[in-house]
This record gives sequence, structure tokens and C-alpha cells, in this order.
Amino acid sequence: MDWPALVLSLKLGVATIVILLPVGILLGRWLAFSRFQGKGIVEAALTLPLVLPPTVIGYYLLVAFGAESPLGQTFQALFGHTLVFTFEGLLIASVIVNLPFAVQPMQRAFQSIAPEVREAAAVSGMNPWRVLTKVDLPLAWPGIVTGLVLAFAHTLGEFGVVLMVGGSIPKETRTISIAIYDRMQAFDDHGAGMMSALLLVLSVLALGLTYALSNRAVRRHG
Amino acid sequence: MTSKSSLSMRFRDRCMLFAAILVLMLGAGPASAVASASVTIAAASDLRFALEELETAFERDTSRQISLTFGSSGNFFRQINEGAPFQMFMSADEDYVIQLAAKGMTADAGTLYAIGRIVLFAPKGSPMKVDEHLKGLKGALAKGEIARFAIANPEHAPYGRAAEQALRRQEVWDKLQSKLILGENVSQAAQFATSGSAQGGIFAYSLALSPAIAKRGEYALIPAQWHKPLRQRMVLLSGAGETARSFYAYMQQPTARAILQRYGFTLPSEAQ
Repeated sequence: MDWPALVLSLKLGVATIVILLPVGILLGRWLAFSRFQGKGIVEAALTLPLVLPPTVIGYYLLVAFGAESPLGQTFQALFGHTLVFTFEGLLIASVIVNLPFAVQPMQRAFQSIAPEVREAAAVSGMNPWRVLTKVDLPLAWPGIVTGLVLAFAHTLGEFGVVLMVGGSIPKETRTISIAIYDRMQAFDDHGAGMMSALLLVLSVLALGLTYALSNRAVRRHG
Repeated sequence: MTSKSSLSMRFRDRCMLFAAILVLMLGAGPASAVASASVTIAAASDLRFALEELETAFERDTSRQISLTFGSSGNFFRQINEGAPFQMFMSADEDYVIQLAAKGMTADAGTLYAIGRIVLFAPKGSPMKVDEHLKGLKGALAKGEIARFAIANPEHAPYGRAAEQALRRQEVWDKLQSKLILGENVSQAAQFATSGSAQGGIFAYSLALSPAIAKRGEYALIPAQWHKPLRQRMVLLSGAGETARSFYAYMQQPTARAILQRYGFTLPSEAQ
């Protein structure tokens, strides 16, 4: 059992959802309540990481952030090391890959708020911040938590992108799914089996939680 | 009105709880993982078992800590070019080290530390018999008993290239083409070859000598002159610290050389 890899994966998962929480709420709410030209294109772009092969995402991240790219060189000049093969690089990759997992449930949750409730709030003189904290968030929270749980669970399991931009560096980029792959090649079937079982349990728990939350949302609004 | 305020109260409590959990989990923080960035050494997969033993000996003798990452030399070459933060590179093919040195990415031209050999391996229950002339492989192939045969990917794994050269030399490469399964590096090739799902494979002698693999089947050493010598060179990369330098020196000491020899590597001085 590769404990540092598990800790690293958990940290990556937490850091990913800490970033995706505000981003997901802003994007999800914006897409739920606004109508504008090209909304379909924005939604398609946000969903793209869901259908793109991880290797394609990995390739473009390497091209965009690698040592030979302008972005990679700027980062190197600022921080003294490259973005790829580091935790920060994995975090950026993870946030991009998980955007649809976080944004879509949140958007749906905001959309399901009855328009009359929000109109009533606006008519009674609530400012937009109070509408967000007193109306939108209390009603949409199951969707928000669902988005975060899905993004977290998906981060633990992400393999292809991490393999390409991570480089399997212990305590830095060797996440638990990479550690399973590595243990198999080290003929450590027991270690690989333990970690696989753990990921299986975590995935089942995550799905159980999202279904419980969506049932709850349905009971309340349905 | 009351129900609504209680709803938002409950919501606020939940938010606070959630935020508290997040803060707690981030306590150790991803920043600390970066700050404690350890001395990472990129090593060719054929070294996996020998280096794990060497790492233990090194840490015992010097009380210094290193982290090993195993993979194919060609992949590491690419990753180092992309700026991967390795401090030392132990390649299975010296060409990669020479190219990095030419680009000025290394401390010096490096040191030849070992010469590798390849074996033909048949897992338990395989219809193929192993022998150093590949007669058993040819026979099994002629009888259609070989469905899958594992080697490392010759595109970027030196041991895959050596396997291809030996198979071409014995004129079995063309017949074997459609049966080949390619490991991403030589230890994945070994994993495929020993799994029982393939009838055999060619991989590093150093891996075949490890107990985990030896118990899974039979092997025969392939003559060294059937492929270009697997001249393995190591080098300190620019930015190598004290610990990496100390490991680099340790690799050339009698303790390390004895371990390499035990894993079937020919040592450079013997070869000359």
C-alpha cells in the first residue's frame, strides 16, 4: 500500500474541489440564469473534457505548459521550475478535466429553482448577493455537493492525463491510480489489489452519496 | 418566514462544517508536498529490483533519502527535455544520456555503470521450451502454439530494441509480428510475459533474476552478440543536489557493483 500516493491523491482531490467550488457556482449559475448568443458553444466547451480522450488533454497540456511553450517558460522564469511534472501542473490539469463534473450538476440544480421564488426575492428588494446566499445556495446545495463529490472521486481515478503530465514522481505526482499501475509492474499484486479495493470502496461511497443527495432534491422539489 | 430562516440557518451550519472539513484536509497543504520535494531519480525499468535493494543499502549507509521512479529510458529522455525535475537519470541506453549532455542539460558526460542482457522467458504451462538458440520459440511458432509474445516497445525502450534485433537476427521477427504485445517499458513487458496470458517474451536478465519473476517460469539467456550491447549510462542532471551526487558516487562503489552483478549486469570494467 502506497500511503504517500493516497495522501497525494486526497490532497489533489481537495485542492481541485476548493478551486471548482466558486468556479462551478459562478459558471453554473451564469449558465442557468442567463440567455445569450453562443451559450451553446460555451456549454459545449465546458463539456468537452468529458468526451475528449485523456491522452488528448494530456497532449495539449504538454504543448501548452511544456518547457518549450511561452506559458511554460513564463512560469519557469517566475517560479524557477516547470509546470509539467509538478503538483501545480497536475492541479491545473485536474481542474480542467473536472470542470464538466462540477459545473453540470450545479447548473442543473440552479435551473430547477422555481423562477417565482427568485422573482419574489428580487421584488422584495434583495440584492444579488442576498439572492445568492438566501435563495440560490440553500435550494441548490444538493447539486453543488454532487458536483464536488463527482469531481473529487473522478480526481482520485484520473489516470491518462496524470500519466502524461505527471511523470510518476513520488510524493509529487505519483497519485494512487498511477501507484496501482506502478505496483503491477513491480509484481506487487498484493499492493495493487489493496489500493484498487480502496478506490472501489471510495467510488461506491461517492456514488451512494450523490444518489442520496439527488433523491433528497427530488423529494423536496418534485 | 420561520421555515425559510431555519432553512438558511441549517444551510449556513452545513456550509461552515463543510468549509471546516476542507480547511482541515488542506491543513498539511499541497504546498508542503512541493516544499518537501525529494531527490528523485529516473531509472530504466530493468533496474527496478536491483535499485530497490541498492536504495535500501544506500539509505542505511548514508542516512540520506532518495525517491526512485521507473520507466522506459525513451520516455524519461522526453520528460527531461520537457523539464521534469529529476536530479539523476539512469538510462538503459547511453545514447539518451549523450544527447542530453550535448544539449547541456547534464552535469557532465556521465558514467557507464552496467551492460545489460536479455532473456527468453516462458511462463509455467507455456507450450514453448526455452533455449538460448530460440529453437523452442521457432518450433512453437511453427506449430501455431504462440498466440501472444511480449517485448518492450522498441520505439522508446532499449530492451525492446535489443529484443527486436535478436529476433530479426534469428529471422523470427516477421513471423512473430502479429503475435507481439508491447509493454510500455521492460518491466511491463515482463509482467505481460509472466502473466500466463502470453506464451512467452523477451525482457531484461536483471528482472528474470528477481525472485518474484523467477518463480513464474523458465528463462534462457540470449547471446550478447545477437543485439547491440545495452550500454547503460547514468548522469547527474543540471540542478542535482548533494544527495543525488552522493548516490551517483555510491553507484560506483563495491557494494553497489556487487548488487548490480548479482542481478546479472556485466560491469563496465569486465567488459573491456
